[in-house]
Amino acid sequence: MEKASARVPLYSRLVVALPAGLFVWFASMVPSVAGGEAQFASIGWLPQLGVDLAFHVDGLGLLFALLITGVGTFILLYASEYMRGHPQVGRFTAFLVAFMLSMLGVVLSDNLIVLFVFWELTTLTSFLLIGYSHGDSAARRAALQSLIVTGAGALAMLAGFVLLGNAAGSYSLREMLAGDSDLAGHPAYVAMLVLVLAGAFTKSAQFPFHFWLPNAMAAPTPVSAYLHSATMVKAGVFLLARLNPVLGGTDEWGMTLTGFGAFTAVYSAAVALTRTDLKQILAYTTLMALGVCVMFIGLPQSRGADEVPLGAVAAVAFVFVHALYKAPLFMVAGTIDHSAGTRDIRSLGGLRKAMPWSLLAAALAALSMSGVPPFAGFVGKEILYSSAIGSTYGVAATAAIVTANAMIVSAALLVVAVPFLGQSPATRPTPHEGRWPMWIGSLVLGVAALGAGLFPRLAFEWLLLPAAGAVAGRQPHFEASLWHGFNLPFALSVVTLSAGALAYWQRNRLTGALGSALARLPVTGDSAYDWLMNGIARVSVVHTRIVQCGIQRRYLLIVFATLGASVLTTLVVKGVIAWPARIPDVSFVEWLLAILIAASALVTIRSHSRLMAIVALGVVGTGIALIFLLHGASDVAMTQLMVETLVVVIVAMVLLKLPGFRREVRQTGLGRWRDAIVSCVVGLTTTLVLLAVTAEPSHRRLTEYFQKTAVPEGFGANVVNVILVDFRGLDTLGEISVLALAAVSAYTLINWRPRRSARAAARSKAFPEAEGAAKPETLS
Amino acid sequence: MELINAALVGVLMASSVYLMLSRNLVRFVLGLALLSHAANLLIFTGGGITSSITSRAADGATAESDSLAQALILTAIVISFSLFTFALVLAFRTYETLETVDTDAMRAAEPEPSGHPGRTDPSGRPS
Repeated sequence: MEKASARVPLYSRLVVALPAGLFVWFASMVPSVAGGEAQFASIGWLPQLGVDLAFHVDGLGLLFALLITGVGTFILLYASEYMRGHPQVGRFTAFLVAFMLSMLGVVLSDNLIVLFVFWELTTLTSFLLIGYSHGDSAARRAALQSLIVTGAGALAMLAGFVLLGNAAGSYSLREMLAGDSDLAGHPAYVAMLVLVLAGAFTKSAQFPFHFWLPNAMAAPTPVSAYLHSATMVKAGVFLLARLNPVLGGTDEWGMTLTGFGAFTAVYSAAVALTRTDLKQILAYTTLMALGVCVMFIGLPQSRGADEVPLGAVAAVAFVFVHALYKAPLFMVAGTIDHSAGTRDIRSLGGLRKAMPWSLLAAALAALSMSGVPPFAGFVGKEILYSSAIGSTYGVAATAAIVTANAMIVSAALLVVAVPFLGQSPATRPTPHEGRWPMWIGSLVLGVAALGAGLFPRLAFEWLLLPAAGAVAGRQPHFEASLWHGFNLPFALSVVTLSAGALAYWQRNRLTGALGSALARLPVTGDSAYDWLMNGIARVSVVHTRIVQCGIQRRYLLIVFATLGASVLTTLVVKGVIAWPARIPDVSFVEWLLAILIAASALVTIRSHSRLMAIVALGVVGTGIALIFLLHGASDVAMTQLMVETLVVVIVAMVLLKLPGFRREVRQTGLGRWRDAIVSCVVGLTTTLVLLAVTAEPSHRRLTEYFQKTAVPEGFGANVVNVILVDFRGLDTLGEISVLALAAVSAYTLINWRPRRSARAAARSKAFPEAEGAAKPETLS
Repeated sequence: MELINAALVGVLMASSVYLMLSRNLVRFVLGLALLSHAANLLIFTGGGITSSITSRAADGATAESDSLAQALILTAIVISFSLFTFALVLAFRTYETLETVDTDAMRAAEPEPSGHPGRTDPSGRPS
């Protein structure tokens, strides 16, 4: 892994300046945005479709932008050290920066379609990042899984966006938020909701789409840290927060978000305790955090509408708190992995002496995660609790959030106390502290969590309340403070911490019980995914075997059956089946000809003699020539006769060299009936089409034009000839070219014998099919 | 007259399709020939016909079969003749090379799937 002697490429350190600079730039917007002045910039892209590259920095977007660039700065710094000596640092850095920029696009886009494009860019770049170790099959699988799950969700989301855009009359979020169109009453509201939620839930890994996120731990640790703390998975939460004023406020919205979010939070917090890999534990705590965010965005407040939208404040505060503690913990996990050579908490311990800075950073983060005063986590948790208590689902929501939080306290202890405290296992190589880029970022973020907890007013007034205002759709009046006195939320906090500590103390018994309960689940998301993917592969095998069978006549059967069925259906549906009103006088000659031709056609089918078939074919051709003649088409009849004569001669020459019909492989009775039915349907359809055509009065405008102009412009009395050689002369030239081409090809085919060297002959004996593919240069 | 011609086109079309669905390449080629007859007659009848025997503009425009359709058919006859000849020769060469006229046995381009259809593992793991 780490090659201590390898140099860190200069660019991987310099690139840190990009997010840092962007962070400063966004930070400079804080005062104006907090003052209620959103920034806006737009470049025309597809104005015809109402799609413009419009960017909009309001409270919510700015909070996310600051998290993305701020955490991104430290992640890139960390990555430059973490990837030291890796052969493809450049590729990695490029992916990471591309990912960061796509994420910024998501949170700042004003146009829904542009938002979707950036959304998909994050999907693609995260695919590249998760599958970065492409030699590892688990990484490849995880990358593909995340791509398929989030990509499928995103497609649904796009459909939802289109519905939303049509309903609101604009794709611009600003206009949507400003407008007062009643989307909740729109007939397609439920469809919009389901489609948009599909996108947000897959991206933010809500149950039942949660499984891809822990698998994505196959990515290098800086990626996991970034994906989990401030980006990728937060995109879904961001979208829900962004659309809350547009789509939210209904019972459907509230129940779905609260239900899915709460279940995901409790379920994944429980799973987190059963894991032993540091990154896996952290991954499941991320799922918990996402569940909490989703839940509180949707949580309906039971108080009057003029009250503080506490749910929005809680969700936004938790996003902020989570980013500040999750990134350091992941980075510390990566550092531990680097220096101790393992991430398994069962073989870790006693790192406190070797890695003091990492311990400090991890401790700060874990205290914030547990919600211990005076950290930001405590403030966040208090708001969560008072919001849950004040919601319409008071008791249930409070119970869910307290349970999840208690387990998270336990997980925080698991992640920090186990590796750093206790006895170090003797078998491990001596661990050492990482270089400064490995811990500086975690430390800064940990201190920031402490600072935000000590001075909550600062964080809330400048960042969180403007963001919560964007989520709630109105500016909340909220006094943030560290200490609210001994009230119910504080009591719950105490309960949470004690329960978490208790669970940590009894962790062996608890994880055993949880593990056996989880093992009893009949289906996991992962196995369902595998089942689905294998199912698709199996269906495609069967489908290919039927449709692409490699047997020529079956292809033809499909083509003809489709032709007959579709045309016949059209005729019936459109009701254009015509029956001539009068049976016109048909002369004896015409009857005779028709019967003769039909009989000859049947002979061609039934004949067991090649010669008989050829003769019958000739009779058909000649008969048709006679029909042409009967109706005044003397030129056509003449041509037909000449061609027919030639055909019979050529067919006789060639066909008699081919094997006779006596020993041919015939189809079974059933197959012949099937063919007969398809043929009859096609024949019947043709007849009906022709009858429908002739029942209409014929349009002879073109013919009349040719008849009028044949003599003055074409200087010929025979209209047909004039059309051929004059009016449509180019067509005739094309026809002659086809004839010439066919003649040349036929001649070549007959005379072409591949020159056979001894080797080629041997090869063609071994692979007879290769002979037909020989190059045309071997003409002899 | 349209009725009888339409019925005839139907019979020719059905015969042609039936022949083309055969396993025998020779029958397929015969079917191709019938198909072009059917198509020509279709265009001819569709253009509108009467029994008057004239196509000379100088004779004055008495009723006649559509001269535009006639011109189109003339082209079609020649083209289908070219196609037919080429197909026939191709069938002949195929027989020489593969020594069979059974289309089911012609699997050089799309060989018989061998045994197990190969279950695809979406994980990318070699199964």
